[in-house]
Amino acid sequence: MRYSAFSIVRNAFSGNLNWKPHWRQPQPKPHYDVIIVGGGGHGLSTAYYLAKEFGVKNVAVLEKGYLGSGNVGRNTTIVRSNYMLPGNEPFYEFSMKLWEGLEQDLNYNVMLSQRGVIMLYHSDSQRDAYVRRGNAMWMEGVAAELIEREQLKKMIPFLNYDHARYPILGGLLQRRAGTARHDAVAWGYARGADQHGVDIIEHCEVTGIRRENGIVTGVETTKGFIGCGKLALAAAGNSSRVGEMADLKLPLESHVLQAFVTEGLKPCIDHVIVYGGGHFYISQSDKGGLVFGAEIDGYSSYAQRGNLATAEHVMEEGVSMIPGLSRVRVLRAWGGVMDMSMDGSPIIDRTSIDNLYLNCGWCYGGFKATPASGYCFAHLIARNDTHPVARALRLDRFARGYAVDEAGAGPQPNLH
Amino acid sequence: MTGYRLSSGGLVDRSKSLSFTFDGRPLRGLAGDTLASALLANDQLLVGRSFKYHRPRGIVSAGPSEPNALVTIGTGPRSDANTKATVAELYGGLTARSQNRWPSLGFDIGAVNGALSPFLGAGFYYKTFMWPKQFWERVYEPFIRRAAGLGRAVLERDPETYEKSWAHCDLLVVGAGPAGLMAALTAARAGLRVIVADEDFRLGGSLLSTSETIDGAPASILADRVVAELQALGNVTLLSRTTVFGWYDDNVFGAVERVQKHVAEPSLKIASERVWRIVAKRALLATGAEERPLVFGGNDRPGVMMAGAMTTYAERYGVAAGKQVAIFTSGSAGYRTAHALAAKGISVAAIVDARAEAADQAPDGVRVIRSASIVDTKGRQRLRGIVVERSGFEELIACDALGMHGGWSPVVHLACQRGARPAWSEELKAFVAPDVGGGLRVIGAANGVYTLSGCFNDGAEKAAAIAADLGFSASRGASPAIDGETAPSFTALWYVPGAKSKAFVDFQNDVHAKDLGLALREGFGHVEHAKRYTTSGMATDQGKLSNINAVGILAGMRGVSPADVGTTTFRPFYTPVSFGALAGTARDEHATPARKSPLHGWAMKNGATFVEAGLWHRSAWFPRAGEKTWRDSVDREVLNVRANVGLCDVSTLGKIEVFGPDAAEFLNRLYCNPVLKLPVGKARYGLMLREDGFVFDDGTVSRLADEHFFLTTTTAMAGAVMAHMEYCAQALWPDLDVRFVSSTDQWAQLAIAGPKARAVLQHLVDEDISEGALPFLSARKVVLKTGVSARLFRISFSGELAFELAVPAGYGEAVADQIMEAGRPHDICAYGVEALNVLRLEKGLLTHAEFDGRVTPDDAGLGRMLSMQKTDFIGKRLSSRYGLTAADRMQLVGLKPVDADKDMRAGAHLLKEGTKPSTLNDQGWVSSAGFSPVLGHSIALAFLKSGRERYGEKVIVFDKLRDQEILAEVCDPVFVDPQNEKLKA
Amino acid sequence: MASLITCPHCGVRPKEEFAIRGDASRARPEPLAPDDAWHDYVYVRANPRGRTFEHWHHIAGCRRFLVVERDTATHEVYSVVDAADFARRAEG
Repeated sequence: MRYSAFSIVRNAFSGNLNWKPHWRQPQPKPHYDVIIVGGGGHGLSTAYYLAKEFGVKNVAVLEKGYLGSGNVGRNTTIVRSNYMLPGNEPFYEFSMKLWEGLEQDLNYNVMLSQRGVIMLYHSDSQRDAYVRRGNAMWMEGVAAELIEREQLKKMIPFLNYDHARYPILGGLLQRRAGTARHDAVAWGYARGADQHGVDIIEHCEVTGIRRENGIVTGVETTKGFIGCGKLALAAAGNSSRVGEMADLKLPLESHVLQAFVTEGLKPCIDHVIVYGGGHFYISQSDKGGLVFGAEIDGYSSYAQRGNLATAEHVMEEGVSMIPGLSRVRVLRAWGGVMDMSMDGSPIIDRTSIDNLYLNCGWCYGGFKATPASGYCFAHLIARNDTHPVARALRLDRFARGYAVDEAGAGPQPNLH
Repeated sequence: MTGYRLSSGGLVDRSKSLSFTFDGRPLRGLAGDTLASALLANDQLLVGRSFKYHRPRGIVSAGPSEPNALVTIGTGPRSDANTKATVAELYGGLTARSQNRWPSLGFDIGAVNGALSPFLGAGFYYKTFMWPKQFWERVYEPFIRRAAGLGRAVLERDPETYEKSWAHCDLLVVGAGPAGLMAALTAARAGLRVIVADEDFRLGGSLLSTSETIDGAPASILADRVVAELQALGNVTLLSRTTVFGWYDDNVFGAVERVQKHVAEPSLKIASERVWRIVAKRALLATGAEERPLVFGGNDRPGVMMAGAMTTYAERYGVAAGKQVAIFTSGSAGYRTAHALAAKGISVAAIVDARAEAADQAPDGVRVIRSASIVDTKGRQRLRGIVVERSGFEELIACDALGMHGGWSPVVHLACQRGARPAWSEELKAFVAPDVGGGLRVIGAANGVYTLSGCFNDGAEKAAAIAADLGFSASRGASPAIDGETAPSFTALWYVPGAKSKAFVDFQNDVHAKDLGLALREGFGHVEHAKRYTTSGMATDQGKLSNINAVGILAGMRGVSPADVGTTTFRPFYTPVSFGALAGTARDEHATPARKSPLHGWAMKNGATFVEAGLWHRSAWFPRAGEKTWRDSVDREVLNVRANVGLCDVSTLGKIEVFGPDAAEFLNRLYCNPVLKLPVGKARYGLMLREDGFVFDDGTVSRLADEHFFLTTTTAMAGAVMAHMEYCAQALWPDLDVRFVSSTDQWAQLAIAGPKARAVLQHLVDEDISEGALPFLSARKVVLKTGVSARLFRISFSGELAFELAVPAGYGEAVADQIMEAGRPHDICAYGVEALNVLRLEKGLLTHAEFDGRVTPDDAGLGRMLSMQKTDFIGKRLSSRYGLTAADRMQLVGLKPVDADKDMRAGAHLLKEGTKPSTLNDQGWVSSAGFSPVLGHSIALAFLKSGRERYGEKVIVFDKLRDQEILAEVCDPVFVDPQNEKLKA
Repeated sequence: MASLITCPHCGVRPKEEFAIRGDASRARPEPLAPDDAWHDYVYVRANPRGRTFEHWHHIAGCRRFLVVERDTATHEVYSVVDAADFARRAEG
């Protein structure tokens, strides 16, 4: 069912009784050309692009919980392409461009809001690092601006200009960056994939990966065995667990990242603001809640909940950056489990096992990558060939010495 | 009765009248009121507007589940938006303003959204606002943003203070109602350390608002008696106004105490709010039960409220919710409210009972309509009547308030915050707490026990069991006798059929029953999907009232049990907590500790300008009269060091003393270059790698004795290096006999650099420090003429003849003064880190601007330091990977502008001449740049692909961020004195 | 675990006194071990859902590295030992 001004008016006058489900609830078929494990943003966008762009339509997405129950439904909704390294920037910019056309492509309003992401700097050396990053963006044709303190004061007057422990000297701004409505991204891709014939099967947990002669032939699931030509893993957070079923050893640790939302407020924060004196970032949702987060809790965890000490630290950073947050009340905290990779960058690649494909390691940057991740993964699955913008994101980069280490922190996942 | 205040009764202090304002209107209340009870007493029922349709809304509850009565309390920087009037303690001078309305609460333009509601159903955003493409962000989104949101955040500096505290106890009791108080009393009498926390300003919970009597007296008398006994015991901490908001691992609870939220002018000497982290051996959850609203047509009309809230307003605050009250109930508690109101002289128009049969007795003369439902309500900003439907016949009954009761839901929020899901009890028709082990037990109404005597018993029994478990002997006192007690019962009623107007499930977010139907039709029948698609339960009350009905309605539509639908996830915070409370004192200049060098005072004295460097405040430059910009000062300092001599504070470098028979072996494994055979009395430049082969940190290593080394690290990495060494010594090589300790804070370290450095330093020491006696890279202990024991190093970070003198921190300032004094005839100057940076840049020496975590020793031109002959060192093995040794890696080079007037800047990228910017064409980047006063032009260090082969080539220094492209020549990174003649002078 | 750690040297201490380094289950290979062994040591993690060993550094206390044995799903802590003892035990 296509959404249009006409369909909305027609339905409004018929009591909205005729809207159809966003996606069907099919029973699994015995065999698919491609099975995607993970009905989150990346799995669904992979299915969508496989069917729409690469003509692979006999596809199933298996989701162990409800659709979108992983990180696509519990993040801080930021989309941006302000990366520094040549292995990352083209990929994220490709994603940004897909975002910009997503509403029209999906016929679904994912509420992309290009309100600008500004990363504050607090010292000369931090400024230099951001200048390096901004110029790397320009190399890729991505507009970036250095906002100096006086200009910043006009743009965002409520920052802590007078009493910050680390003085706010300016920021690096990407105006095209912003936020999107996270759940809508999952639902929009699901609806799009479904319309192209993809079977989305919820509450279907993969319990085993069947191999014959070293080749993947299907998956055991809580709904029985399902055969496949190719198997694609997009289960970030649980990639190690799914990979283990095929004896894959992955460069990943699962960590929990907390995010928070405040009570609804009238519009007061118009950008996504990132604090350079810590990891704090904040934006305001269209509903009025301030959505924010900071660093991971630090220990490996599969529990979708965080600890109080880290939450308190997040608030400290928030109030340090915006003193006026002090009286704003925080409504809810939640935790997402992420694949933290050894260099802070994701992995989109084949594996050592024929017909088994891997999409993982998104750390806490997976949401913004949703379109490009799906597109590139679909490209890889359909053509057995890495998409040009994802060439640096291969699994063997660690063995070969080509880590894509944006933070320069080395192989300790909780430092990225 | 004056207005709606009853002439007598209640726990308010009628002798203490308090003045306050609502939307500018001066009003009066009584001490002991909440803002809500005071507003009700003043006939101010309309308090806010809903989120989406801007419908007029009134007070619904008398507690923290309130969805409607959200106001902004306070003014200016002390404004608290979205404050629930139902839990806000009234104080004299309180100012409250309604929210989400324009121009006024009575007349709100936004209400036009109601007429558009067919277009604004659940999930409407996603289907629309897409045409034309550009309109979403320019037109629709700003409109949606403005219409949404509730209160206004002022975002001004908060003048008040906050703090945090740890507390430890044997037993934490959350909630001071009948079960909690009796549990606390039992445990406290047995000698346990007990903490009782309750969100209310008065302890007692439902004992304060029930119409039941105990031993012939109001229940509140018993509450006061128990509280008094607890207060008198030394092992009990009573925390009123304290909400336990979260349950964390290891039975640690987070709680927030509103210390001064109930006073007009908080003292700045004490905190306004205090966050407690309570470590409890055991905890009892006595959080009571939430009364369920009924979902019927027009159920959001101001005047419709929870029946229990009506009782509370009457019993505790002496306020009538209306003058002609009707009750709509599916359980016996509705009758209890009718009795309570009737006893206070409030007229009860009718009891509409959804059940066909019930044993409950109505008050004398009150009409009961059974098997009936309310299908609509009348009135605009206050209820005027209800439309009752029975057997197909409708009747309008006049009333100005309606109490609704749909049964009870235990409040199990905290017990479900750590992953366990609540379980559906068919018997209780409610979700109950999961078994989460012995650390946390649930008692009283939170445990589905709905009689007072049951609550007393449950609390006392479980507390006694805990006491016994912890080795205390507890005896149970006699339980108080409740007069004429009956157990309440109810029939679960999720949705009242036949609604003639919107039947709201979630009041604040304007989710009505049809929205849930639409969600189900569109495939969002899973409880999480329904929540996310309709926003039901996502408002500031987190669905405390609404969630259960949403679950019930979904279950009904799907034809399954609520058990199969389940609940959404319970997460902190139980009720919202301010940023300020959670941040505590760590804000502004105190956000992180500040470290100051032992020479900070000396630098201040010499007029330094300071700069933040990690935790440190470092002296950046020392301006002198007549210098207009920082560059003037820095250029002077640099030239003076090159020509004469300068003194720089380098105390912030990390310093580590290493001892032991295996110290040399340990360090040899730690550094990539050889250390084993470093002679005593010598220093060496050292490079540490990470295990992945990239540079971790650089510094110096000096051997002061056979088994005593002294290391320096960079300022930035001092902590990380220390941790790394501890890891290596403890976890990797525990059998090496080595010990080390950080001595960063113990030593003041002074760099004396420049051609006249020796002459100056000689004034302080008797020893021969000539080139022959103390050659470059010497390290030794010396005694200053003043008798101070010191260490002297011939190391240089400027390329000049230089010494680093380390003295015990306490002597730092005095020694620095001496050096300045001795240096005066030699034109000594103090120089800061900016000059230090220029000096090292001119010499091509590196800092973490270069070592950015992606650089190999070879990239930095230090490949010769890698001692591959060593059996092992951290990073050895992986540094030979292909990617780390490839010929096209970016290598350190120098850059000189072709046009000497151009200033290159760090962060620029590099392009081949004649190429267009693209990621593919990107040749490298500028790591450091600055003006060399010696050379008279800008210089830079950069990493360039295969850079060492490209000396003499011209490249474009691309700084699009500053709209600058400069042509520069690639050169050797050492710009000044490439033969190091000055170093060894 | 996420709230409190029982340090064998200092007693029960809050989480924020510690820095977490990560997986403690891998032993550093011999210098001449094959490339694969080194790659796995530096880059590969078992990442179990369940019982795991992790290095926690008591930076605001005794400054010892501890090996915390805990459950990544429930956050239950089973044991905390000094990292040197743990390493010796692994060798012995």
